[in-house]
Parts: sequence; structure tokens; C-alpha cells
Amino acid sequence: MLKIKNLHASVEDKSILKGINLEIKPGEVHAIMGPNGSGKSTLASVIAGKEDYEVTDGDIFFEGQDINELATEERAHKGIFLSFQYPVEIPGVSVTNFMKTAINETRKAKGLEDMPAKDMLKLIREKAELLEIDRKFLSRSLNEGFSGGEKKRNEIFQMAMLEPKLAILDETDSGLDIDALRIVANGVNKLKSKDNAVLVITHYQRLLDYIVPDFVHVLYNGRIVKSGTKELAHELEEKGYDWIKEEVNA
Amino acid sequence: MNKYTEDDLREELKTKEYEYGFYTDIESDTFPVGLNEDIVKAISLKKEEPQWMTNWRLEAFKAWKEMTEPEWANVHYVKPDFQAISYYSAPNSKPKYNSLDEVDPELLATFAKLGISIDEQKKLSNVAMDVVVDSVSVATTFKKTLGEKGIIFMSISEAIKEHPELVKKYIGSVVPQKDNFYAALNSAVFSDGSFCYIPKGVHCPMELSTYFRINQAGTGQFERTLVIADEGSYVSYLEGCTAPSRDENQLHAAVVELIALDNAEIKYSTVQNWYPGNAEGKGGVYNFVTKRGLCETNAKISWTQVETGSAVTWKYPSCVLKGDNSVGEFYSIAVTNNYQQADTGTKMIHLGKNTKSTIISKGISAGKSQNSYRGLVKISPNADNTRNFSQCDSLLMGNECGAHTFPYIEAKNKTARIEHEATTSKIGEDQIFYCNQRGISTEKAIALIVNGFSKDVLNKLPMEFAVEAQKLLEISLEGSVG
Repeated sequence: MLKIKNLHASVEDKSILKGINLEIKPGEVHAIMGPNGSGKSTLASVIAGKEDYEVTDGDIFFEGQDINELATEERAHKGIFLSFQYPVEIPGVSVTNFMKTAINETRKAKGLEDMPAKDMLKLIREKAELLEIDRKFLSRSLNEGFSGGEKKRNEIFQMAMLEPKLAILDETDSGLDIDALRIVANGVNKLKSKDNAVLVITHYQRLLDYIVPDFVHVLYNGRIVKSGTKELAHELEEKGYDWIKEEVNA
Repeated sequence: MNKYTEDDLREELKTKEYEYGFYTDIESDTFPVGLNEDIVKAISLKKEEPQWMTNWRLEAFKAWKEMTEPEWANVHYVKPDFQAISYYSAPNSKPKYNSLDEVDPELLATFAKLGISIDEQKKLSNVAMDVVVDSVSVATTFKKTLGEKGIIFMSISEAIKEHPELVKKYIGSVVPQKDNFYAALNSAVFSDGSFCYIPKGVHCPMELSTYFRINQAGTGQFERTLVIADEGSYVSYLEGCTAPSRDENQLHAAVVELIALDNAEIKYSTVQNWYPGNAEGKGGVYNFVTKRGLCETNAKISWTQVETGSAVTWKYPSCVLKGDNSVGEFYSIAVTNNYQQADTGTKMIHLGKNTKSTIISKGISAGKSQNSYRGLVKISPNADNTRNFSQCDSLLMGNECGAHTFPYIEAKNKTARIEHEATTSKIGEDQIFYCNQRGISTEKAIALIVNGFSKDVLNKLPMEFAVEAQKLLEISLEGSVG
């Protein structure tokens, strides 16, 4: 589904990613872990196509297509979703209205008509239930005055609405208490299928108790320096990142 | 001799338009350029006005001659040469085009985006109409309904002839001839406009917009509007049109006077989309408008405006809250793009006791434009227990535009409660990226953010019009980012 080859990327001439190789197949859950400043969020932004990041070398293939030249929204239309670490506020635009726009823009890109209001409402109700979201929440302005937990839950709600092929969860666990974490993780698990894939980016292993990865990769200094199974995550939790750094620098 | 090409002709027409400030056409009945007493008299004569009206115009002209163009607004432009304008051009009955195929395709594309019907498009772009049974019969029905309720709705020229007692009593009662430079000019030379009278206790059964839009597409350069809501009556009046107005007249100086007698309510909504000039800031209309309403006891006036057009806007719809317990409201969205300049806001003059006013102003600036809010809240010594709430929000797009807020407060009564809130925000790249990531294009994302920002004001517009205004905001800001 996603194939990254020797990816180099920089922001404002500062090189951040220095040769990433990663392949994610449908049905798989991958986790990327690593110390602060290792390039985790940059990788997420580059896959999503954020303009500030310049790909200086390497390729990103999504379902066999080189997506490097595609605009952010075109990647989204293809089924790439990014759950943001810091979701932005859009005052005056309700969650419902935002989702309606997102879904219909995606449908338009695929040559489909707008989703009928009745179907839209049904979908919203369904997904809100799945994520234990109060309906009142949906008429509030997007992320405005939301608590950290509400923001993250709203991200996963959007993911549920858009049904992406590849969902990238960037530090979705940060700022969540244990109950919110459980709800969010349950939501992700319910949405998982053999046809879609999840890339979890996290600093701590705690989220991985709930969203169990098939593969764990350690990102350090712009490179994946170690890959393994979920056992690797436990090892990191126990020993921290220093031994990895030492291994790399040795 | 070189061949005289179509391009040469076009070039020549362009220069002509500039020279005379309006579209030259042999069919129209046009006065020579310049302004003096004889011209004022001639306008009045041409319109077959009674002597009192002629005198009224002459008084205004006399005052205007002594006045100077105001310079305090935060706008910069080359002042018009008032002696280079022709002050009377009879409406041309002959259509400009024979079919829509001849109309500028860009204009038609905009109409289509706004969802304006073919018939209305023809009317707006001055295309010969086929026999339109529908709109004619609709108009007739409206006229009948209004007539049955005793509502008078006609052009001000007709009203001067048919209802002189009403016009004489109220014209200039809220905006006196000498009020300001442009109001004085308008009083002297106003071409035409609308007159509306709602009798005592009558609730006008329809938005006067519907009628207005079917019947009057074109407006004059010096428009004059007078709306009188008699005791206990209600009217919702809609002015302007979301369709772009490609008027060749550079200067527009309208006057609108509203009178809400005891317990009456007037809701006045405006959508202004005059030609803003091109992307380089060439051309475009100067819109210098004086709008004011007078509220008697328990009366209420609401101004709602969506301003997207004009190169230069100078406009402060105001309320004089004379009667006790009267209410004034001002809801405004002003959009400026490219090189547009807007200096707009309101004045709330609290004279009566327990009077209340609300001001919600949303300014959106893009391109290299300058957008200013200027507002005055004045509480007179006798106005006990008055309240005002003002909120001025500015939204900036890009780094080259400006947003300015000039709130003035003069409170001479200690019991007054005045609240003022102001915010300035910028459409962030993070917001755009967030929307993009959800599959929403940058253009659409901006529209979404702008609509969210403007929601409080859009909600105040009559339903059908709110939808059009929303689309208009999108179109006005097209191409402003990226």
C-alpha cells in the first residue's frame, strides 16, 4: 500500500529525514517510535504532503503510484489520512459542516455527486456512536475550546467518517487520560480491516497496549535504525532510547 | 492609411468612457458635464418636480459649494473632478445586448456560480428580455398584495409627484442636506431611488427584496432611498444584488434615510458588489454612502450589510436612537481584496432612555487591500440605562493587507454600559494544511474559514439571500491565496 524508498526531506534547508525505507501492506499496523526530534512528525507531514517540507531524494509510492508530485488534498482523496498531533481550530465551522465539506470534496474528486443529506446524517450518527461522541459536540465549532481529549477523539471521528486506506496517527496519545485513550484506541481498532493500514507514531509504548502493532520501527536522527515486533516497544519502554543511540553511534 | 481595426475602436471607446465617466450612447439623453445652479434646476425640471423640491435641491447645492471633501477616512484615492461629471443621464430604454451570447463570459460565469436564473441574468446584464410571463405576473401579484395593505413602494420620483406630503415631511429629516459633502451633493442632484411607506400596524408580508430584484436591476449614480415605517409596522427591505455591477460611473454617492416611528421595526439588508477595479487596482467604483435611521419610542432598526465591491468604500449606516427603549443594530461583513480600500462602520447615537445598540463587524482583508472599521457610540446626558455591545473582528489573508479598527466612544451618562471586543486573526497555513489533509482544496478551505468567521452576520440576512452572500464571499476571495 505504502512504499517509501530512501526518502530524504528537509525543511528550510535543514535536512531532517535522511534515507527512510518503509513498506506497509494492507491489514498491517506499524508503529514508529523514537526520541524527540528524531523526525517522526516530519515523516507524517511528508507522507501527507505538507508544502513546507521538501523531498530532496527518494520516492513515496501509494498503491503503486508515485505521489511525490500530488497536492495534499489529492493524497487525501486517494485515502491517506493524518490524525494531527495538534489539531487546528476553525471558529464558526461546526464539526458536522466540516465533515460534510470534506466528504463531498472527496466525492467530487472521484466524480461522485454530493452525499444526500439523509445518508450523511445516518453516517454521522453511526460513527458518533462508535466513538461514544455526544451529538451536541458535533454542532460545536471545530476544535474551538475543545479539551485535549476532545480534539483527539474528534480526529478519530473524522477518520471514521472518511474511511481512509492509510491512517497515520501522529502522537494521538499525547494529552489523553487513560479513559480517553481507551475510547480512541477502541475506535481505531473497530475501524481496522484487512484492506486498510495504520501507521502509529508515538513516543511512548502505552498506546501500543491498545493498538497492537505488527511491526515497530525506531526512528533516530532521520533514519529507521531498528525494526522489530511489538516486543521492541516493550524493550524501549523498559530501557529508554539511550541504548539505541549508543548502538547507532558506536 | 492604416486599417481601422476593432482593437482601435475598443481602445477609443475605453478612452471615451474614461473621459466622460460613463458609458456613452447616442440613445441616452445626457446633460453636459459640470455642476452649477442651472444644472440642478434642469434636473428638477426634467423630472417634472414641484417647486418645493427644486428649492430643496438648490439649498443643498448652495451648501455643497461651501463644503470640502472629507479627508479623515483611512482611504487614499484621486479625488473626483466634480465638474467633469455629467449629472443627468435618462435611463435608456433600449437594451444594450440582443442576447446573452454578447455579454462578457466572465460575468456570466459569475452569475452561474451565484445561481442566478437566466431571466434575471438578462435583466442584470441589460439584455433584451423575451416575454417573461412568470416574472411579470409575479410582480403584478406583489403589487396587488402590497396595495391591499396600503403599502406604498415606488420610485422616489414617482413618490414626489404622488405622495408629496410624505416625501416633503421626511426627506432630509434624518440626513439633512448639509449633513456632509456627499449627502449634500446627493441632495442636489439625486437621480432616482426608492420610496417605501408602511402604514400603521402593517406587517409587510414579504421581503421587499423579491419585488425589488425583479423590477429594478439598474441603480443610479446618486441614488436616494426613503423608508418610512409608521407606528407599529414592520418591513424587511433588501438593497443591492449579489451579481457584480459593472457600472461605468466611477463615483456613487447614495443617501438612505430610514424612519421607524413608535413601535415600528425596519430591517435593512444590503449586499454591495460594485466593480472593485482590476487586480492591479485600476478602475473601480468609489462608493461614498450616507445611511442613517431614526428610531422613535420602542422602535428598532437593524442594518445588515455585506460589502464586497467598490474600489473605495466610505460608509457608516447609523442609528439615531431618539425614542426611549429603542434599539439599533449593525451587522457588517466587509471584504477587501487586491487594492480595495474600505472605511466602514456605524454610529449609534443614544438619545433616549433604556436604548440598546449592538454592533458586530467582520472585516476580511486579502491581497494588498486596506480594511478599516470606524464606529462611534455616543451616549447623551439624558440617555439613562443605555447599553451597547460592539464586537469587531478582523481576518487577514497574506502579509500585504491591512486591518484597522477605530472605535470612538463618547459617554456622557454614568449609567451607560458599553462593551467593546476586538480580535484580529490570520488564516494560518496550518489551518489550510489541515483542511487540505481532509481532502478540501485551498480555495474551498478559505471559503469555509471565511464563512465560519462571518457566520454571526450571515445569519442575520434573509434566508435566500444568505446563501447567495455566502457564495459571493467565496467568489470575492478567489485567487487571494496561493
